[in-house]
Amino acid sequence: MLDSIAVVGRGAIGACRVAGSLTLFALSGVSHLLRPPFYWRRFLSALIEMAYFSLPVVALTAIFTGMVLALQTYTGFSRFNAESAIANVVVISITRELGPVLAGLMVAGRIGAATAAEIGTMRVTDQIDALSTLSTNPMKYLVAPRLLAGIVALPLLVVVADILGVMGGFIVANLKLGFGVVAYLSNTFNFLQTMDVVSGLVKAAVFGFLIALLGCYRGYRSRGGAQGVGAATTAAVVSASILILAFDYVLTELFFAR
Amino acid sequence: MSTLTSPPPLEGGGRGEGSIPKLRIRGLTKSFGDKLVLDRLDLDIMPGTSTVVIGASGSGKSVLLKCVLGLIEPDDGIVEIDGRDILRIGRAEREQVQSHIGMLFQNGALFDSLPVSDNVAFGLLAQHKIARRDRRQRAAEILGQVGLAPSVGDLYPAELSGGMQKRVALARAIAAQPDIMFFDEPTTGLDPIMGAVIDGLIVDCVRRLGSTAIAITHDMASARRIGDVIAMLHQGRIIWSGPPALLMNSGNPEVDQFTHGRREGPIQMELRR
Repeated sequence: MLDSIAVVGRGAIGACRVAGSLTLFALSGVSHLLRPPFYWRRFLSALIEMAYFSLPVVALTAIFTGMVLALQTYTGFSRFNAESAIANVVVISITRELGPVLAGLMVAGRIGAATAAEIGTMRVTDQIDALSTLSTNPMKYLVAPRLLAGIVALPLLVVVADILGVMGGFIVANLKLGFGVVAYLSNTFNFLQTMDVVSGLVKAAVFGFLIALLGCYRGYRSRGGAQGVGAATTAAVVSASILILAFDYVLTELFFAR
Repeated sequence: MSTLTSPPPLEGGGRGEGSIPKLRIRGLTKSFGDKLVLDRLDLDIMPGTSTVVIGASGSGKSVLLKCVLGLIEPDDGIVEIDGRDILRIGRAEREQVQSHIGMLFQNGALFDSLPVSDNVAFGLLAQHKIARRDRRQRAAEILGQVGLAPSVGDLYPAELSGGMQKRVALARAIAAQPDIMFFDEPTTGLDPIMGAVIDGLIVDCVRRLGSTAIAITHDMASARRIGDVIAMLHQGRIIWSGPPALLMNSGNPEVDQFTHGRREGPIQMELRR
C-alpha cells in the first residue's frame, strides 16, 4: 500500500519538476525573443520549414477531413431531415476545431520530432556547448527563432486548412450529395462569424508555440547519445499532442463557454 | 589542499611569463549525485604557457574544462581569468571574458547544418568582427593556417574525414584570435600521424597567437608535444605537475603507473559500479 502511494508521489513530484522546468524554459525562450539580437535568418529558415514544407500534409488532412465531415453529417442529420445544416456544421467544425487541432497534430508530428532530433543531436555532440564558446547564446540562436516561427506558421497553415476543409465538404456535398453550389456556399458564409475564424487562429498560434517549445525543450534536455535523442523525439511529439488537446479545451472554454 | 603553479615555459612560445596567473583556480568542487568529481582543485596557469592536464578516463578532466568555460556550474570554488572570478560576475561581463576564449571540442562539435566556411567564421560573425559578405574570404584565410584549401570551405562537416574535421574545428577555435585556448582530447580518434599533425598545428597556432593553452588528454605522446607543463588529475585533484621531460620518470607512483600504462599500481580502475 505504502509502495503504491510512494510510486504515485514520485510520479507527481516528477510531473511537477518537468512542469516547472518547462515553464522556466518557456520564460527564458520568450525573454530572448523580446531582447536583441534576434536571428532573423534562423527565424525565416524555421518559418519555411514549419509553414511551407508542412503545407502538403496539412492540406491533405484538411481536405479529407472536410469531405468525411460532410459525409458523416449527412448520414446522421438525414435521420432528422436536417441535411441542410451540413454546410453550417462543416464550416464551424473546421474553423473552430478541426482546422487548428488537426494542423497542430500534423505539425507536431513533423516539426516537433525534427526539432527535438536536431537540437538533441546538437546537445549530445557538444554543438550547443560550442555555440556558447562562440559568443552565441543557444537559447537566443536555437529556441527564440523557432518559438516565433511556431506562432506565425500555424495560423498561416490553419487559414489554408480552413479553406481546403470547407472546400472538401463542398466537393462532397455538391458532387455526391446533390447540394447546389449557390445554396451550399451561401449557407456556409451566412453562418460563419468572424469569431469562428479568429478563435481558430488564436488556437493555432498557441499550438504553434507549444509545438516549437516542446521540440526545443525535449531536444535541449536530451542526454545519452542516440537513444536519448530518440526518447526526446518521441517525448516531444507525445507531450506536444497532449498539450494541444488540453489547451484546445481551455481555449474553447475561454472563447465560447457561457 | 595542493596548490600548483605552472613553471615558466621551457622554450619559446607565448607572451612570456607574468606574476599574475592567466587562469587561477581555487577550491573548485563539483559533484554529480554522490560522485565527487572535482575535490577542491587548485591550479594556476601562467600567461603564454601551454599546460596539459592528463588523467584516466572519468577522472574529471572534461568537467574541469567545462567548469572553467562556464558550461557546467561548479558547486564551489573560484575560477579567475585575468584576475576576474568568472563565477561571480554578471552575465554580460562573463560573456565578454568568454569571447577571448577558444575551444577545440573532443569530437570537433562542428555545426553540421552549416558549411565549413560558416563554421569557421561563426565566432567572428557573432562578435561582429567581420561583415557577413566577407566570411568566405576570411574563412579561407584561416583554413589556410591549418593546412586546408579554400575549397574545403564549401563542404559540409559530414563530407570531411576525422582529421579534416579536427583541423576545421581548430580553425574555428583560433579564428577570433583568443587569449586562452582549450583543447579537449585533440588527438582522440586520429591515427598517430594525423595526431602528430594536429598537435603540430596546435603548437604553431598557440605560439603564433601568443595564447595561453590548456589541453586535456590521455595521449602521452600528444601531451609531451603540446605541453610546456603537464599536470596529472587524480581523484578530483592535481597530484603532480612538471615539465614534459620528467613525465615518464616523475617519481610519483600514480603518474608513473598512468604514463607507463601499468595495470598494477595505486590507481585502481573501476570496472563496475
